[in-house]
Amino acid sequence: MWQFIKKWFHRFGTPRWFYHTTSRWLPWLALVSIGLLVLGSIWGLGFAPEDARQGNSYRIIYIHVPISVLAMVGYYIMAAAGAVALIWKIKLADMVMVSAAPIGAAFTFLALLTGSIWGKPTWGTYWVWDARITSMLVLLFLYLGVIALNQAFTSRDTAYKACAILSLVGTVNIPIIYKSVDWWYTLHQPATIKLTGASTIHPDMLKPLLVMIVGFYCFYALLLILHTRVEILRRERRSSWVKGLIR
Amino acid sequence: MFENFQFDSLADFMAMSGHGPYVWSAYGISALVLFYLAVLPLRRRREFLATLNEQQSEEA
Repeated sequence: MWQFIKKWFHRFGTPRWFYHTTSRWLPWLALVSIGLLVLGSIWGLGFAPEDARQGNSYRIIYIHVPISVLAMVGYYIMAAAGAVALIWKIKLADMVMVSAAPIGAAFTFLALLTGSIWGKPTWGTYWVWDARITSMLVLLFLYLGVIALNQAFTSRDTAYKACAILSLVGTVNIPIIYKSVDWWYTLHQPATIKLTGASTIHPDMLKPLLVMIVGFYCFYALLLILHTRVEILRRERRSSWVKGLIR
Repeated sequence: MFENFQFDSLADFMAMSGHGPYVWSAYGISALVLFYLAVLPLRRRREFLATLNEQQSEEA
């Protein structure tokens, strides 16, 4: 089994294979993700019912929740790619890892920003050192740390190992972020969608939120592929297949 | 799904009963950042291929 996975990665994990295969996926992925995001935004902004307690400010949920989810999922993707790069020495995994860092940093920044804007009319303040918010800030610094480490080394061999180790160590923060609203019940409201048990959100509000979550997953995949492709071109620029791209 | 629009007019929709500035700035800034994240690699790819093209025509 282990040998099979290894072989599979080496055969299909080549940068060249990734570049050519994703060329065919990109238009569809772009169409689906942008379509879902536009649909979900119109639905959430104009047609979902107003919240009884928070009024219209709650409509920020339709971007805040999906962006925050992807900020955390993106961290696991970066760490998993780092683990694959460390264990099997696969170049493509290293490229995916370093591409996931700036995207994750931007998503985490947006999660903090949209949360902060939402906080003003709801809590009366833009910022508070609540457990959820503080652990999200730590996540931002972890992403920035990976970006900085990646640029700090001239040797690619040292850079990817350092980035992968920081990514893997940083994963302990993700369950802390996730459970922070239950462990330290301070200001941030607990999860409204639950995998186990009933969600504490009205179905009319939930449906557009699910559309936005799926849309953001697709959009994240699109971004990661686009950034990885540039990383591939940059690193493989001396190979004959890249030189053969223009002709 | 799209049967009842929650607002009486466009102005009402923009105002969001006082929460307009918060909601629209959150959506606006997010859209800008996400757009930039998608455009950045597209621009870098185009620049990369242009440079590669120049180098090859110099060699030829």
